[in-house]
Amino acid sequence: MNSFFEYFTDIYRAVKSLLTGMKVTGRYFFSPWEIVTQQYPENRKTLKMYDRFKGEVIMPHNEHNEHRCTGCGICETACPNGTIEIIQAKIDMPDGKKKRIIDKHIYHLGMCTFCGLCIKACPSDALAWGQEFEHAVFDRSKLNKTLNQPGSSIIKDIVE
Amino acid sequence: MKEVIHLPVQNVEEEEYHINMGPQHPSTHGVLRLVVSLQGEIVKSLKPHCGYIHRGIEKMCEKDTYPQIIHLTDRMDYLSAHINNHAVCMLVEKALEVEVPERVKYIRTIVDELNRIASHQLWWCSFGMDMGGLTCFFYGLRDREKILDIFEESFGSRLLHSYYTPGGLMMDIHPDFQKNVKAFIKYFRKKIKDYDELLTGNIIMQLRTQGIGILSKEDAISYGVTGPSGRASGFACDVRKHHPYGVYDKADFKEILGTKGDTFERYMMRMDEMLESMKIIEQLIDNIPAGDHTAKMKAVLKLPAGEYFQRVEAARGELGVYVVSDGNKSPYRMKFRSPNFSNLSVLDHISRGCKIADLVAIGASLDYVIPDIDR
Repeated sequence: MNSFFEYFTDIYRAVKSLLTGMKVTGRYFFSPWEIVTQQYPENRKTLKMYDRFKGEVIMPHNEHNEHRCTGCGICETACPNGTIEIIQAKIDMPDGKKKRIIDKHIYHLGMCTFCGLCIKACPSDALAWGQEFEHAVFDRSKLNKTLNQPGSSIIKDIVE
Repeated sequence: MKEVIHLPVQNVEEEEYHINMGPQHPSTHGVLRLVVSLQGEIVKSLKPHCGYIHRGIEKMCEKDTYPQIIHLTDRMDYLSAHINNHAVCMLVEKALEVEVPERVKYIRTIVDELNRIASHQLWWCSFGMDMGGLTCFFYGLRDREKILDIFEESFGSRLLHSYYTPGGLMMDIHPDFQKNVKAFIKYFRKKIKDYDELLTGNIIMQLRTQGIGILSKEDAISYGVTGPSGRASGFACDVRKHHPYGVYDKADFKEILGTKGDTFERYMMRMDEMLESMKIIEQLIDNIPAGDHTAKMKAVLKLPAGEYFQRVEAARGELGVYVVSDGNKSPYRMKFRSPNFSNLSVLDHISRGCKIADLVAIGASLDYVIPDIDR
């Protein structure tokens, strides 16, 4: 008699536990306002990333096509992966001396691990995080970017 | 007419045969290969083969400076990235005898606990999925997304943050951080009841986990199984409680200990730990002192020659970092004692005699992250 009773209690407990779980899924089924999915490619126009989002390393330029990079190379040594490559150029100053300036600030996006050490290390705040995150390209060489724009120059008040 | 050749009939029932579980098996959560010796459906023995995602992180550390090492530790146990960073940062601070500001300690402790909750949420997702309940996966990820949003707002990334630096933090927390964390805890206290209703009380899940994969306390100690898996067997190994770091000594929390050491107990440990983590965060979140977000550090960090060791409680157990320095800016030798590697070593011992379906449940309850095993 006892085992007979246990048999039915077990069935009752099993069905009850399954129904408790079904209650949760059922509740979400009938409350569509609790759905949190984002329709990503469709909402691209309204999609706003957070301000601190680490998309890629960029070099901000002002309206006169001027940046803050002196080409000192501290970011190059701070980078753990050899992502940044700095090519310097020499120009003749009016007083006859030669001065080193930045020629190309090459950034290999494909090697970047987004640790932020270059931006932290930069003494003249020339680098910043960009918001762009759709980096997929068909050709790997497109991931090698030159951060200083062609024809750009350094802002006058930056002291080395 | 062709003659039919009769091969000698062997007793197939009694013969052992070997099956490769992985490296491409969804229940191994990564590229882990388990060579399982089976008799029928019974697991006779098991041999884990590691190394499919070995990147040589310990060797790579030897050419990097100490601030650069931080971003490599993210990629070991990527689900507790902040906690791994914390271990290396504390080691460097201990070696250089730098006192970090109180604000940094508070923020680090809170972020560590948030990371632990996020990690356990993902574990709950995959545990449910291994048991055959795909619904769990969606509900768990939905709630984990709230933590990842907080992370993304403050630290800029969702998984691999590199937020801690030796001596402090990369940047101060976002002004909305405290508000969002409090909102999350309020939200998650409600949602964790769903977890219990959906999976913990489920009869199928209980029958598949109770009394399966029993690990005794003595074995847990001798195999070095730490974290929730070790505590389920009654092994008091919480580094936060016994060797407090950060501001864990100022928070009031329980070290949750189990008695049975079976798969269900290991499941319950993590469910209870999520509640404890929320308790810690609630106590600290309003008391973050004002101050600087980093201590004053030299531009080049050179550790004095010698040996250093630091351990923290990662989401899966005790993470130890051991450094031999010869006085240069990068370590002479760096060794990580990763919790997952020790936890994996016990899998053979506790899964002998189980069915192969139980092996999936045991593996899910040990919660291994493969990049941390291989490093």
